[in-house]
Amino acid sequence: MRIDGKGLIDRAQPLRFQFEGIGHTGFEGDTLASALLAKGVRLMGRSFKYHRPRGVLTAGSEEPNALVTIGRGAAQEPNVRATMLEIYDGLDARAQNAWPSLRADAMAINDVAWPFLGAGFYYKTFMWPRGFWERLYEPLIRRAAGLGALSGAHHPDRSEKAYAFCDLLVIGSGPAGLAAALTAGRAGADVLLVEEDSLFGGRLNAETFEVDGLAGPDWAAQTVAELRDMENVRLMTRTCVVGAYDHGTYAAVERVGPHGARRPEGGVAETFWRIVAKRAILAAGAIERPVAFENNDRPGIMTASAVRAYLNRWGVASGQRVAVFGNNDDAHRTAVDLEAAGVEVAALIDSRAEIAPPDLNCPVYAGAMVTGSAGRLGLKRISVKTGRGNKDIEVDCLAMSGGWNPTVHLTCHMNGRPTWRADIASFVPTPGSIPGLVTAGACNGDFSTQACLKAGAEAAAAVLKDLGLKASGGARLAEAEDSPYRIAPLWAVPGTGRAWLDFQNDVTVKDVKQAAVENFRSVEHMKRYTTQGMATDQGKNSNVAALALLADATGRGIPETGTTTFRPPFSPVSLATFGAGAQGIGFAPQRLTTSHGESIARGAPMIEAGLWYRPSYFPQKGETHWRQSCDREVGYVRKAVGVCDVSTLGKIDLQGPGAAELLDFVYTNTFSTLKVGRVRYGLMLREDGFVMDDGTTARLGDQHYVMTTTTAAAGAVMRHLYFVHQALCPHLDVRFTSVTEQWAQFAVAGPKSRELLNGLLDQPVDNETWPFMACGDMAIGGIPGRLFRISFSGEHAYEVAVPARYGESLFKRLVARAEAMGGGAYGMEALNVLRIEKGHITHAEIHGRTTAFDIGFARMLSAKKDCIGKTMAAREGLVDPGRERLVGLKPVGGDSVLSAGAHLFDTGVAMTRETSLGYTTSAVFSPTLGHHIALGFLQRGPERMGEVIRCFDHMRGLEAEVEVCPPVFVDPDGGRTRG
Amino acid sequence: MRLTCPICGARDRREFYYQGDAVALDRPAPGAGVQAWDDYVHLRDNPAGPRRELWHHEAGCGAWLVVERNTTTHEVHGVTLAMAVAEARR
Repeated sequence: MRIDGKGLIDRAQPLRFQFEGIGHTGFEGDTLASALLAKGVRLMGRSFKYHRPRGVLTAGSEEPNALVTIGRGAAQEPNVRATMLEIYDGLDARAQNAWPSLRADAMAINDVAWPFLGAGFYYKTFMWPRGFWERLYEPLIRRAAGLGALSGAHHPDRSEKAYAFCDLLVIGSGPAGLAAALTAGRAGADVLLVEEDSLFGGRLNAETFEVDGLAGPDWAAQTVAELRDMENVRLMTRTCVVGAYDHGTYAAVERVGPHGARRPEGGVAETFWRIVAKRAILAAGAIERPVAFENNDRPGIMTASAVRAYLNRWGVASGQRVAVFGNNDDAHRTAVDLEAAGVEVAALIDSRAEIAPPDLNCPVYAGAMVTGSAGRLGLKRISVKTGRGNKDIEVDCLAMSGGWNPTVHLTCHMNGRPTWRADIASFVPTPGSIPGLVTAGACNGDFSTQACLKAGAEAAAAVLKDLGLKASGGARLAEAEDSPYRIAPLWAVPGTGRAWLDFQNDVTVKDVKQAAVENFRSVEHMKRYTTQGMATDQGKNSNVAALALLADATGRGIPETGTTTFRPPFSPVSLATFGAGAQGIGFAPQRLTTSHGESIARGAPMIEAGLWYRPSYFPQKGETHWRQSCDREVGYVRKAVGVCDVSTLGKIDLQGPGAAELLDFVYTNTFSTLKVGRVRYGLMLREDGFVMDDGTTARLGDQHYVMTTTTAAAGAVMRHLYFVHQALCPHLDVRFTSVTEQWAQFAVAGPKSRELLNGLLDQPVDNETWPFMACGDMAIGGIPGRLFRISFSGEHAYEVAVPARYGESLFKRLVARAEAMGGGAYGMEALNVLRIEKGHITHAEIHGRTTAFDIGFARMLSAKKDCIGKTMAAREGLVDPGRERLVGLKPVGGDSVLSAGAHLFDTGVAMTRETSLGYTTSAVFSPTLGHHIALGFLQRGPERMGEVIRCFDHMRGLEAEVEVCPPVFVDPDGGRTRG
Repeated sequence: MRLTCPICGARDRREFYYQGDAVALDRPAPGAGVQAWDDYVHLRDNPAGPRRELWHHEAGCGAWLVVERNTTTHEVHGVTLAMAVAEARR
């Protein structure tokens, strides 16, 4: 029922929405919960386990009951809290966990079967037969219990991520937060004020308090207006700080949608903020806790502060006849506000015998308790036990208050534990729990408005001092009510029925007591046994009461019992928001070569190589299988000329007088002796003696080298070079930088490679001036570049490098020329075949467990100098002839298929893991030889040349007799390379 | 988590690569013996409390850093350029 003249809603802006298929009208400023309550809708959901009819309990993000699903199809969004959802025209909300309907939910049978479904029931009930758990019980339980469902399709909306930095982050904009922001803002600090609600002001918007003679919301609006005028203050609403992390880092989620049809579909739903703050003030307020009594979960039973919030903020009476039940003076305000607004209050019931009740028209029962309720789909009646007997009272709403819990959660995110304060029967934050963060106001246990204003201003003043800023003088503290907070703990009303603690996970007082009886006495054990506090609300409404009851049941005090751990996020965050920007194509950065467009245009399937995309092969008309393309491309290189983009290999430019010495130290072999204009193959070890990477390094000048790394290890090698230089050889005068992306580099390989290049180069080359392993400057059409005569394929080959901006053009020209000469572009498949035919290793072979000795490169460890890994590589275990060492393998008879990852065995033995003598690392069909070939590691391999062994791939079921041979299958003496 | 790079200033930890104990700076001489090399390459303490670590400002200036950090409180007590540490030792 809407009350005329009350609330911060815009009655000139009606909004039409649907709930459970029924159309309603609310106003701008309404949440779904306030708009439904205004229409007298109390039933909003069904509970998790027992499918109990439930209504809204709270008016904030701690809401456990009123969870709804909005959106349709792929845009379906479950578990939206009705208390946080601002209505908009066309909103279509449905209740969850109810079938066939919210009013007649078939699974409510669970509520009848409750004696069998208590804490830990599934540990006890569904044990036999063994296999039934996974196949039957768990799927059934999962279907019966639960929250809303995801659509299973990609949500059309996006999430974004953003970053903010500030001197002072103020979390919460109630009186404490506003006072803090004002004090810091006036002093010139860079302030970020973050509010979870859509409106600044916190409880000021929900109460009838006055500040400096202004109505609370007006004072808040006036203060915000002053803050808005300050250039050094940023204000954010609808933004919840969900986590506190090291060194002033905070996570926050901003609701950009769905609070309004203004947002186009596919727009931004939420923004995930990382906020770095020099200092932070937590002014997050407090959350009122319910009282546990029999059937305290009926629709219409709400927290007292929520009833006030709906009345004062939204102009909604939560019922026509309301009773108020509490254990503290604050609850009395609900009765006062309701009567002042003309709502009938049936009774004020206070569990304390000695109270000073306010002036009310309704009966006041001191020393009395609500012991039960009636009304299945909505509250009809409460039972009250007074000093003079029992009494039933007809009401449709009960406002209950068990006191207030300061919102300490963020202060626990870095392992802080809150401190028990008996005088307010609550936990408060322990100072210093989050370095750089101080707490102020209700979240610190200061419950009066005046105390909040004072604490906020004082906290900000202390922060300003820390930051070296001066508070502006003469600022007067605003004046507001300063009533004391009087409370006598009341966790549960004695009784035999079920009294709810955790509404969202359906945990009752009985469950907690049962846990204690079964010796789950630790609060962490009780939590897991009963699932208390494990729902999406993290027990915000119920944890303190649950542990107080556990303390009682185990004969300990509350401080000794302690709390469970509050972890981030403070409020549920969807995975899509955590993963903002990283869905689909944004999952990882993409690195594209300059030939990418041309490769795509030629229909090449692209494969990922680290973050790079490289062409697998270039299909031609009529080819139906990749092998046809691959074999053809291998033929180009072996018989004519092929062109391949090799720009993805790491390229590191090293310059300076110390460059040669640094290279000598990181490579096993020597580079200081390399002549200018020559290239050398180098092997790099890790300090533990195993191979790290390999590649060629060219000496372009006396003090100028260009190193190439494998594509995969480019980053690791760069890091390694930095380390060796800075940490081990700081005396070396050398500088280096990655130039991988600055140069486009193409392999031109095959007997006709020189012929092709000579048609392009400004200065033709010959075997005299450009022998194998020569390098130097060249130019094409006046564009200066570099030419390296190196070969990964084993053919007469070059790599030609030009500044990346010319890459695309050069690639096209090279390929066109190659095609005119009976060759063409080749991709990764052909490149792999070519290198295996030649026995060249990649990270398939140097996979982190192989040594220079294993790959037959022991002689590359120079005896004349130290290098990284040299000492450890000499360990006897790493040079044991019995080690698995690199060999070539070819099928006897030539017909068998070989695969990588197969194991090697002596003939005639059982082929098990124990008898394995090694394994294959690379295997391909060699079109050059007409049969499969493989590289692998075999115990005593080099001693077993010519022997026949067995090769068995257990996973693919491939078995072959293979002959052990040297790893170079094609042109072992290198004549073609030098040709 | 944030680290203050002596060259670049305070940065988010995602700009940094974590290596491990700063013992990696103390490379033994080639002939230092099996035990010294085994200690250097393989043996690491796993202290709860203060320790010296190596971090690399990989997405920044490329500097290797010696970071003094408390593994229980996550406090960072100091960040020094590894190069300065190595040079001071010579």
